[in-house]
Parts: sequence; C-alpha cells; structure tokens
Amino acid sequence: MSQASAQIRKISAHPGPVPGANTEPTYTVCKLIDTTTCIGCKACEVACLEWNGYPFRETVFDNTYQTMPQTEWNYWNLIKFNEVEGADGSISLLMRKDQCMHCAEPGCLAACPADGAIVQYSNGIVDFQQENCIGCGYCVNGCPFNIPRFDPATKKMFKCTLCVDRVTQGLEPACIKSCPTGCLHFGSKDDMKDLAETRAQQLREHYGLANAGVYDPPGVGGTGVIYVLHDVTNPEAYGGLPKNPSIPWVVRLWKGPAKWIGNIAMAGGVLGVVLHYMRFGPKRVEEQEEKKGGES
Amino acid sequence: MSASQAIPKAQESRIVRYTLDERIHHWLAGLSYVYCLITGLAFWSPYLYWLAAVVGGGAVARFWHPWSGVVFTISVVWMYKLWHKDMATTDADWAWSKAMKYYVENDDEKLPPAGRFNYGQKLFFWLMLWGAILLFLSGLGLWFVESIPAWLRHLSIAVHVIAALVTIAGFIIHVYMGTAMVRGGFSAIVTGEVTSSWARHHHRLWYEKAVGRK
Repeated sequence: MSQASAQIRKISAHPGPVPGANTEPTYTVCKLIDTTTCIGCKACEVACLEWNGYPFRETVFDNTYQTMPQTEWNYWNLIKFNEVEGADGSISLLMRKDQCMHCAEPGCLAACPADGAIVQYSNGIVDFQQENCIGCGYCVNGCPFNIPRFDPATKKMFKCTLCVDRVTQGLEPACIKSCPTGCLHFGSKDDMKDLAETRAQQLREHYGLANAGVYDPPGVGGTGVIYVLHDVTNPEAYGGLPKNPSIPWVVRLWKGPAKWIGNIAMAGGVLGVVLHYMRFGPKRVEEQEEKKGGES
Repeated sequence: MSASQAIPKAQESRIVRYTLDERIHHWLAGLSYVYCLITGLAFWSPYLYWLAAVVGGGAVARFWHPWSGVVFTISVVWMYKLWHKDMATTDADWAWSKAMKYYVENDDEKLPPAGRFNYGQKLFFWLMLWGAILLFLSGLGLWFVESIPAWLRHLSIAVHVIAALVTIAGFIIHVYMGTAMVRGGFSAIVTGEVTSSWARHHHRLWYEKAVGRK
C-alpha cells in the first residue's frame, strides 16, 4: 500500500531546483538476484520483516538451512536451499531468494475478481490492496510462482510489495539494502538486464559455467525480479522455479472467452423463457379442463 | 396463485402433493442456491461485482458463499433421500419425453400421462443433484486453494464454472416453469396442496394412485 504522492515537476516562483526531483523512479524497476554470489545469510529475510513490521515467526527445520518450507503471509522473502548433484557427482548448494516476481503480465491480477484488490503501478510493481481484497484466493490460482498467501485472521491475501513505499520515495527495497555480498541489485529493468547478461557472460567465459544465464521468463511478459542462475536450463533445481511460467490456460479461459460465452448463455436463457411466455403463455388447468369438458 | 382462486370453486377437493419435509428442503435448497448465485455472479464478472454490495460487500459474500454452498449440497442430498424413488425414470417417461414438444407448446391434451414427476422434472432433479455434487467438490478446491496442487486447483475452476453454468440454465427454466408457466406449481411447493383437477391434468398416474383409483 503506497503512501506515495506524485512527484512535483515544476513549482511556481521557486528559486532553484524542485526538491526531491529525480528521486522517484519513473521507469520500470527491477530487482536482480545473482544466485552465484548469494551466501544464504538471510539478511534479506530479516530486513524484509523489519521494514514491513512483521514479527519473526516460528521456523520449520527440514535438515537444510532453509527457514521454513515456503513464504508465508507475513514472511514474504525466503531463501530456498537446495543440494543438487551434478552429472560428475559433485554437489552444489544452490541458494535462491524466493519472493513475488512482479510479472509484467501478472496472473494474480488477471484472476482477481475484486475491484481494485490488485494493482500494477506504472513502475511495474504489482501490489495487493488489502482494503479491497475479499480473501477469495483466486490470485493463488493465477500465480505460476505460488506466491500469494492468505492470512486467516484478517482474511486477506499478502505478498512482497517490492517495498513500493520505499521505492516511490527514492529508496531501494529493504532486502537490497541489507545484502552484504552485493548479490542483490536494484534499478531500471534495462540496467538490470544489462548487468545480469554481463554477469552471465562472465560466468560462462571465466567460471566454466557453460549454462549460466538470466532468468526473465517471457511467458509472463518478463518479470520485475530477475535471476542470474548457474544453470539457466534447469531452474527447477532452485527450489521449484518454473521453467516456462505463464498464466495457467484454465485461468485465461475462465477470465476470457468463458466469461462471454457464459454471459451470453445466461442472458439467452432469460430471454428464451420470456419469449416462450409471450408465444405460448401459461398452462391454466381449469380452463383447459373446461374446454375438454365442452368438447366431449 | 392458482387459477382456482379466480374461479370460486371452494368445494373442489385439494390433495397433498408435497409434505412439510419436502417443502422445507426445497426452499432451503432454493434460498441457499440463490445466495450462491448472487455472490457467485459477483465473483464471476467485474460487471456483476455490484451484486456483492447487495449482500454486504465482497468480503462478506466471499465468507458466506461456501457455507451457503454447503447448505445447498446438504438440502439437495436430503431431497435425493426423499425423492430418488419418485425420480427414477419409468416407461411412462419415455413416452412422455417423445411428446415433450406438446408440453412445451401447451398442447397438453396430446401428452401421455405422467407420474408424480414428469420427465422434465426428473431431468431437472438429476441435473441439480449432480450439479450440487460437482459444485461442492470443486468448491472445496476453490475454498482450500492453498492446500492442493496446482492441477487440482485448475480442474476445480473448470468444473465449478461448467457446473454452475449448467445449473443456472436449469434454474432459469425451473423458476420460469414453477412460477409463470405452470400455474398452481408455486402454491403447491409453498402450501403443499394442489387441486384435484391440477393433479389430474399434470400428473394423472400419480393422481389416480393418490385417490386410489388404481
């Protein structure tokens, strides 16, 4: 939920520059996560809780360093730890910061039935507006990344806001601010793509990672969170990152053609019975019995 | 409601068509279905979202829709318990179904006699029973969306939408026939009684059995 007010461009009779000019990004923003330099310290997890004002919640131990199995309604940022065995028998410990991907074509937004419960800002951030949310969970059906979560107490859905309240004030998201290795970057989508491609090229050419690449899935129009992966051909190894995510076809059918076919059918049904009444009218027993009686 | 009120034939005998149990469960199903219909249509289309305001807002509609669905499912299953013998298809139904055109066009004299329920009523009953079961099962998938795998979520959406649209088609026809088209039908399901001539006209086999002529 943004507290933002619009950035002022011009001020009347004001000597000097406009205060705060050029602080709020006017471009599509993007978070870059370089999984090859993440050390799994979870500073981003703590920073997320700190900034958003949630208490630390109970952890679930599963023989890895992972805090809990999945993100929760008040735990939006989770590093997923995965031990993966390579073809040569070597073990890699893959660490991926999991959170909302801020899709350019958000499945949650497409699926949502409540007016104004999910918005996409002009800077690309996808945000839930809890005051309009009805807690139906349709967004869960639309999301290919399994991100929206239900809070049973308030009966509202929650997820990462990409710190839109910080970004609109010219700050970077809390997770970016806290990262000690610099594996998290924040800026325009174009800049982050350039940086990510440069890093992937470096990994391919100098680190022997032939499959290193950038994860920016086109199936959802690209994402506002992109990854550099050691092996971009196998994103599933990073704790279930889908290879070709898209809005599920059932959801697209449901929110698209099915709506109009259904609406036309329902209107046709009502029209049909009205026309039947006008053409044939009601069945009145007594009249017909009398008529029959008169005939016999 | 019935035309007999227009013609003052107070002495015409009335016979019981629906017991209190039957009427209560019919109306429980009817009211809970209408609630699910109003709220469901609100979730269905942004152009119908205003319907949620009519019943207390989107969040309230979302909260009660599944519970109303539970009431609907239970009352329909209860009606199955009450009616499944009467709803079994008989040889008389096949003859009636072939002549359904005459029923639609109000040429009732050309229709073969029907039992307690005619073939159209039976079709509607089975449609709503299976519709209720499918809506309930798929509704669980939409209700507990976070607890099930993605393929089951998507199957639930498809089944819920299709089952809802099919039952809405049946519902439109049912309400039309029960109120506007078949006069006397509405008062029958409210008061439980019909006139003898109504019973003889619409459900002759049942009437003859009821008055002990067979």
